[in-house]
Amino acid sequence: MTPPAVAPVPALEAHGIVKAFPGIVANDEVDFDLRTGEIHALLGENGAGKSTLMNILAGLYRPDAGEIRLDGVPVVFRSPRDAIMAGLGMVHQHFTLVPSQTVTENILLGLDRPRFRLDLHRSEAEVGRLAGQFGLRVDPRAKIWQLSVGEQQRVEILKMLYRGARILIMDEPTAVLAPQEVEELFRTLRSMTADGRSVVFISHKLSEVLAIADRITVMRRGRVTAAGLVPAETSTTDLARRMVGREALESVARTPQRPGARVLAVRDVAADNDRGLPALRSISLDVAAGEIVGIAAVAGNGQSELAQVITGLRPCSGSVTVGGEEVANRHAGHAIRHGVAHVPEDRTGVGSAPNLSVSDNLIMKRYRDAPVARGWFIDDTAARTLAQELKDEYAIAAPSIDTEARLLSGGNLQRLIFAREIDSGPRLMVAVQPTRGLDVGAIEAVHRVLLARRESGTAILLISEDLDEILALADRVDVMFEGRIAGSFSAETADIQEIGLLMTGGGSEAGQPVETGAVSGASSGGAERPPA
Amino acid sequence: MDFTNILAAGVASGTVLLFAAIGEIFAERAGVLNLGVEGMMLFGAVVGFSVGVSTGNPWLGVVMAMLAGGLLSLVHAVMTISLRADQVVSGLALTFLGTGLARVLGEGVSSARDVALIPQLTIPVLSRIPLIGEIFFTEQRALVYVGYLLVPLAWYWIGRTRPGLHLRAVGEYPAAADAQGIGVYRLRYAYVFIGGTLAGLAGATITLAISPGWFGDQTVNGRGWIAIGLVIFAQWSPIRAAFGALLFGAILRFILDVQGVDLILGVQNPFLAGRSTTFFLEMLPYLMVILAVVIGSREAARKRVGAPAALGRPYVRGERGA
Amino acid sequence: MNLSLEPRTDAPRWFATAMTVAAFVFALTLSGLIIALVGGDPIRSYLHIVGAAFGSVGVISDTLVKATPLILTGLACALAFRMRLWNIGAEGQFLLGAWGASAVVLAPILPAGTPAIVVIPVMMLAGAVAGGLWGFIPGILRARLGVSEIIVTLMLNYVALSWVQFWVFGPWSEGGFQQTDAFPREAWLPRLTDFANAVPALGGLTVHLGLIFGIVAAAIMWVAIERTRWGYEIRLIGDSPAAARYAGIDIKRRIVVVFVISGALAGLGGMSEVSGVVHRLQDHISPGYGFTAIIIAYLARFGPLRVVVASILFGALILAGREIQPQGIPAMIQGVILFSLVGADVLIRYRIRFERRLATA
Repeated sequence: MTPPAVAPVPALEAHGIVKAFPGIVANDEVDFDLRTGEIHALLGENGAGKSTLMNILAGLYRPDAGEIRLDGVPVVFRSPRDAIMAGLGMVHQHFTLVPSQTVTENILLGLDRPRFRLDLHRSEAEVGRLAGQFGLRVDPRAKIWQLSVGEQQRVEILKMLYRGARILIMDEPTAVLAPQEVEELFRTLRSMTADGRSVVFISHKLSEVLAIADRITVMRRGRVTAAGLVPAETSTTDLARRMVGREALESVARTPQRPGARVLAVRDVAADNDRGLPALRSISLDVAAGEIVGIAAVAGNGQSELAQVITGLRPCSGSVTVGGEEVANRHAGHAIRHGVAHVPEDRTGVGSAPNLSVSDNLIMKRYRDAPVARGWFIDDTAARTLAQELKDEYAIAAPSIDTEARLLSGGNLQRLIFAREIDSGPRLMVAVQPTRGLDVGAIEAVHRVLLARRESGTAILLISEDLDEILALADRVDVMFEGRIAGSFSAETADIQEIGLLMTGGGSEAGQPVETGAVSGASSGGAERPPA
Repeated sequence: MDFTNILAAGVASGTVLLFAAIGEIFAERAGVLNLGVEGMMLFGAVVGFSVGVSTGNPWLGVVMAMLAGGLLSLVHAVMTISLRADQVVSGLALTFLGTGLARVLGEGVSSARDVALIPQLTIPVLSRIPLIGEIFFTEQRALVYVGYLLVPLAWYWIGRTRPGLHLRAVGEYPAAADAQGIGVYRLRYAYVFIGGTLAGLAGATITLAISPGWFGDQTVNGRGWIAIGLVIFAQWSPIRAAFGALLFGAILRFILDVQGVDLILGVQNPFLAGRSTTFFLEMLPYLMVILAVVIGSREAARKRVGAPAALGRPYVRGERGA
Repeated sequence: MNLSLEPRTDAPRWFATAMTVAAFVFALTLSGLIIALVGGDPIRSYLHIVGAAFGSVGVISDTLVKATPLILTGLACALAFRMRLWNIGAEGQFLLGAWGASAVVLAPILPAGTPAIVVIPVMMLAGAVAGGLWGFIPGILRARLGVSEIIVTLMLNYVALSWVQFWVFGPWSEGGFQQTDAFPREAWLPRLTDFANAVPALGGLTVHLGLIFGIVAAAIMWVAIERTRWGYEIRLIGDSPAAARYAGIDIKRRIVVVFVISGALAGLGGMSEVSGVVHRLQDHISPGYGFTAIIIAYLARFGPLRVVVASILFGALILAGREIQPQGIPAMIQGVILFSLVGADVLIRYRIRFERRLATA
């Protein structure tokens, strides 16, 4: 690690930044400084105001009050362009790349330099050279949609370097990466600081921050709770306390439990993704009653398609049975009738109808059956009674059951979805990224709900990119890579290093994972195998 | 019935569709669906014609028509880009508004016939190429040649230039463009306006060059909608739009010419002018548009490419990032 | 200066209605200005409209006659729009319905002399089937092949017009005129004036049974959308197709069904017009009812019962508007009204803020 170059004037300073959104003060008198050549971590949980602060520094939002200085000179950024011109670039959590364009086209986007005519050949060579300099492996001619998430992140970094960024703000860069890719990213970041550039590294993962940062600033509820800590002088417990305001994340208790009979059996399933490319290649796995099986995978390795196949939303070859009943290749209604509940990845687009009321959203899986249905009609009173009960039971914070779903916060919307899915009395629950983007309180609530379901005997397939979440909840872990099961572990034998290796395609010979996956996926994990 | 003549006339009437379709391609590539083409064309047609009549200068008419189409399109731009109104409904409203305004303005000029038209030109060397020269370069209205230039220009602009790169980004993924400091709203306004000017030009091309005169609603007679269908058929490519425009121009011309012939291949022509069967001929272009759109949609589904990804969606810069 | 829109979270229930009415008033004011600009007298024009449309029992009856086809086509649009299916083809479906109903008499499907009690229901069925068929085409193309229904419905309007013209000018032409023979009395929908013998006050009132079709259809549609499982599915699909699919609804089938019902409603409107008003098939049977229906559906915010009210307003505008000069004014007013309604939609959903912040940090 490069020792921080002690400069008399910080590369970037923010003083007294205030930014309010309707109903929330995201930044309340925030100070921050970044020295030249250092990696400065900004730590805080979701909603602490980290991203807001960085979006202000990067010119995306304008602060309500406060001052920004670059090399000691006050600056006002009216747009991201201003910030980029001043040498300050931000790599967002959600990449802003145009999928239909190439890497080079994306990098040229917004630049003044080719004044009119694009000379792609020359630009491609330039991009290739720059990528080599910082060890960023990516093909300048590839279309963005062909790239993995890790590669796309490299394009975002390249984009900023190409613009001559001296300061790079990375917003939760590791959230979408496998452990090995994280290492590669860290190497790149260090080679950049060695080159005299500075990095702001936003994260809510303590261990990472301690591993990469030269200094650490912690935020909570829009305020700075610790500024410029040096890793050597702090600890995970200390950081956690400053971050969440109590000793540490409450780890939800998972009681040992013997799984029951097999509920879900997936056999030799193959399916294409939306682009018509193979997403699943001969997947087999089981989930038993009262068991949580976690799917660990880097984004885009087929886990989303797996969930869609099981819930009847995507056609496939092979067989998917729930309680012995075939559910694959029918429509979603068939799976619902056979006791498949689904907490989808996209809460606002798929899991709820934004402009319909909380009540209408809550009956989405129940409107076909009594008491909500009465023949062809819907019994309004029964529907409202059910909705009110669920709203109270799951503590969904909304003015009333007539409130439109789009007005709920992320956590409350997820409560609504869980309330509805659990109320349908499922035998199998498929939960995809159930805690993404939620604050700590909501995450705990979701974890408690999942474990309660497990205890009451529901089979649960948990798909998450958060490896910590999977390790905390799952009885067994299946690792997916490029549409195959790359390895299976029981909770006791799970090794994070090995899982990480399998998630990135390491650990076994190419072509082999199919067989090992199929065998171990179906047999390992201590679940009693009922006769097929 | 001479097929060379039909094709030459088809090129001329295809120019109308070409201008409108390329205008719509620009707007849609920027992510804004503008269904008001019919209204903008009608408005351009009447403005161009009345300016041409009153000043005696058809070129001034063309310029004013473009301006009129552009200004009208700005109503749609304000509604959909700034106010995030539904693009379909706003476009329909623009059709009503444009049609109404055109009829109001057309009240006084409906009888005016005597007007100087855009001149016909024969290109010296090119016109002597066998067949091609006769079809494309002999005694065509000057605006037809403008159309020839517009196609490669639009293709080059969209695919090979920096502004074109920005245009595509704004239509595919406005957030990405915004993050790079590209003014999404500004560009969308600009390309909707360009779409409007080209629709206005298409209208003036009818009244001042291809089929001169003002005949109320019948002046445009659905060609604005055909142009929108062509855009889907053309998969948002100016080159394919040119082929489509030529094809439909020829069809529109053919159904007129075929009514004047007694015998087709030695058989009594069932579609002779004055017969009620000619109404089946009149259905033809519209049925062909449906066919073309079906083909375009199938192709898009097969290749998994298609409309600009952000088409029809207002862009909102993320307000809540806390 | 920067314009920003923030979602409204606290709008009371009446707010949407109030904004819609305000938009309507705003549009009339703006149109008045335009009328004044082109040399007309807006106040006299509007007074003329009110007088000509609601001034006496007789003209109220005429207004309701004009409103009848608008109610049925308006319902057709409102139903499709509810599911975010852009059926711009109510005009063509209306024409096909008129043609189908005429065929019962003119083809003839039923022999001459068949009693009204048989002829009328068969004509209703034929009109609805023909309109429904015209709706089925864009429905199936959209559901199976993903073809834009906007273009298909629009093109089918032109095809329908040529189709009707072919029959009117050709096989069914009455001695070379652009119209068919008049229908026999058995094919006429009963009108109020038909009962003038019993109740003299009804003399001259041309309101016909079609109005009842419209009102009954609106009531049925309201119940279907607000109170049935099917209606819930339609509302769910309309708001979020992805969520509807997730909830296990077969969207493609609903698309086709809704398009067929939508077309059938417009087709019934066409039947009611030939059987209740014109009593023959002729060219220019619709002055653009199917297009005005789009605006009506919007003004009614897709509510079936509100469609009835909006249709009466537009019936008045069409009835009285025919005499307003210049001729383009009513079409222009319709455009301005639609724009105002779209604008009102924005105000209903968002609070607009003008930020004038020259950051002087």
